[in-house]
This record gives sequence, C-alpha cells and structure tokens, in this order.
Amino acid sequence: MILLNLYLSFAKVGLFTFGGGYAMLPLIESEIIHGRGWLTVREFTDIVAIAEVTPGPIAVNSATFVGYRLAGAVGGIVATLGVVTPSVIIVLALAMLASRFENSDRLARVKSGMRPAVVGLIAAAAFSVARVALVDSKSMMIAAAAAVLVFWAKLDPIVVLAISGLLGMLIFS
Amino acid sequence: MRRSIIIEGDKSMDSTSTSDSGRKIDKPVGGDQNRPRASLAALFWTFLRIGAFTIGGGYVMVPLIQRDIVERRGWIGKRDFVDILAVSQTAPGPLAVNTSVYVGYTLRGIRGAMAAVVGCILPSIIIILVVAALFDQISSSNYVRAAFAGIRPAVVVLIASAAIKIGRPVVRSRVELALAAAAMILVAFVRVSPALVVTAAAVYGLLVGVGGTKG
Repeated sequence: MILLNLYLSFAKVGLFTFGGGYAMLPLIESEIIHGRGWLTVREFTDIVAIAEVTPGPIAVNSATFVGYRLAGAVGGIVATLGVVTPSVIIVLALAMLASRFENSDRLARVKSGMRPAVVGLIAAAAFSVARVALVDSKSMMIAAAAAVLVFWAKLDPIVVLAISGLLGMLIFS
Repeated sequence: MRRSIIIEGDKSMDSTSTSDSGRKIDKPVGGDQNRPRASLAALFWTFLRIGAFTIGGGYVMVPLIQRDIVERRGWIGKRDFVDILAVSQTAPGPLAVNTSVYVGYTLRGIRGAMAAVVGCILPSIIIILVVAALFDQISSSNYVRAAFAGIRPAVVVLIASAAIKIGRPVVRSRVELALAAAAMILVAFVRVSPALVVTAAAVYGLLVGVGGTKG
C-alpha cells in the first residue's frame, strides 16, 4: 500500500511540474510534507542540500531519497518510477505526434518561432544559476578559469566539471 | 534493476545484427537518414555517462548532450536538437528526463526512449541510495561542499556556451535575435514559466512565421 501511494504521489509531482528543477520543490513540499506527512520540513531541507551536490535531476533525487526513507531501496525505485512516468508518456506522445507531421508547413512555422525562444531559455538558465553561483571574487575566478577551459582549450564539459570541483576543494576548504 | 538492463542490452545486440538484413524495421523515427545509427546499448551508455555528470541542475545536461550526441556521435542534427529541447521544456517533468526520452525515441523508437531514460536516471538512483545510507557523514563533509562551490561557477559557463553553440545556427536574423532576447528576459527576470514562453513563441511562429527558418 505504501508503495502504491509513493508511486501515485510522485507521479502527481511529475505531472504537475513545469520548468523542472526548483519549480518542483513547492509541489513536493505540499504533496509529501503537508499532504502525506512523510517528511518534516527539516528533513526536506537536507534532501534539497543533498540533491544539489549529487548528480541527477532534483525531482529524481528527492523521489529516490523519500522513497528510501519510507520503504527502503524498493521504495526509492518505486517513487523514482512514479516521478518519471508522466514525463515518459507525455514526451513520447508529443514525439509521435511531431514525427507524424514531420513535413507539415504549419509545424515548420511553429518550429521557426520556438527555436529562437529555446536559445533564450538556455541563456536564462545561465543567468539563474549565475545568481546563486557567482557570489564572490573566488567564484568569479573559477568561472573565468572555466571560460578559458571551455572556449579556448575546448575541453569536454565533464572534464571542466571535474577540474572546477578540484579547484573548489583547493580554494574553499 | 541491474539484471533487467543486462537482458535489455543483450536484446539490443540481437536486434542490431538482425537489422542488417531487414533494414526498414529499425530505421530511426525522425531526423536525418544519413546519420550513424545508435545501438540501444550505445544509447544507454551515453545517457548513463550524461546522467552521472548532470550536477548542478538539469540544464547542465544541455552542453553534455550537445557534446556527446550532437558533436561527437553525430546521432542528431543541431536543428533537431533545438526542436527536442523546445518540446522537453514545454512538457511537464524534469528537463533531463524529457530530453532523454525524446532523443531516445528519435533514434530508436520506444525501446530507445526506455534505454535513454533508464541510463539517465540510474546514476542518480544509485548515488542517492548510497547517500541516504550514509547521509550524515556526507552532508557534513567540507570537501563535498567545497567541491560543489567550485562546480557551480563552471556550470554557469557551460550553460552559457551551450546557449551560444545552439544559438549560432538558429538565431540569424534580427527577428530571431529579438525573440531569443525576449524569451531570455521573460524567463530570467520577469520569471514567466518556460512552458508559457515556448508556447507563446510557437503561436507567434504559426501566425506570423519567423525569417526563413523552414523545416
């Protein structure tokens, strides 16, 4: 029963979150903390902190963690499946629809408007991360070093992430 | 979990070898027919690698996919990738999950979508299960916090470089530049939902059409 409830609650979180990432947190808060009483606010804050320093989407991380706390590893997996199910179904449906109308003139016009907007959205994401990431001269220096690695040395993004993590350990600890 | 993936991997080997005789069955759903074909196992491993390094928010995935799948593997064209991102940002759910489902579907149909999404979320499931067991030691580790404080500024640079790379073939006229700038300002500073902005831009494109970007 707890597994079914976990699945359904996180499916709801997955279904009603637009914009991903932090947009998901208020919904998790209302559904999991206030709605179900599965977590305290304090535990939730800890989960967010953990989700920030581990790989993966914050929604997936939260689902795995809450599921694990309530029903062990199986609970973690069930809650995670719940949070991704709506995405998988909806995106598959949209992808099938798009491939059916591949040569449509109208779809080409729709895409012509969407493409520049997507570029703007990615730039906006850089700004919102910058707001919390570039806070002092040390973080600015790391960003400058990363810019050299990305634009001049043209290193793989994964290598850049690893180097900046090491830089962080040297500078901040 | 692990076991079922290994079985899935074996099946993919089979379907790859049989598909050489019966090509039509396995052709990609969308995109360019001349591009190299992705095996299910390669799709899974590529997304596993991407999932393991999506640190600091779902958008980090954009430069990672750009490098691995668009530039290195050549599985998807630059323009097709922008279209995939448009849908991924409009649909509900985590961006990383939506993008992997769409990329996987484009390359290998529904099985491709499953291989990509499982690859993408498996690293975070495993890591969080380990973290949950060792919660207190990890959350209070100064080294972990310091490493992340170093990663965050780099994430800004990586996302900005993705915006430039992805923007180059897409933003070529003044109207397109204005649309991109408007979308950026609305989302970053006015805090309008990305899904709303993409939908509005789609409607604008349908009604008015934007500078010669056909197909």
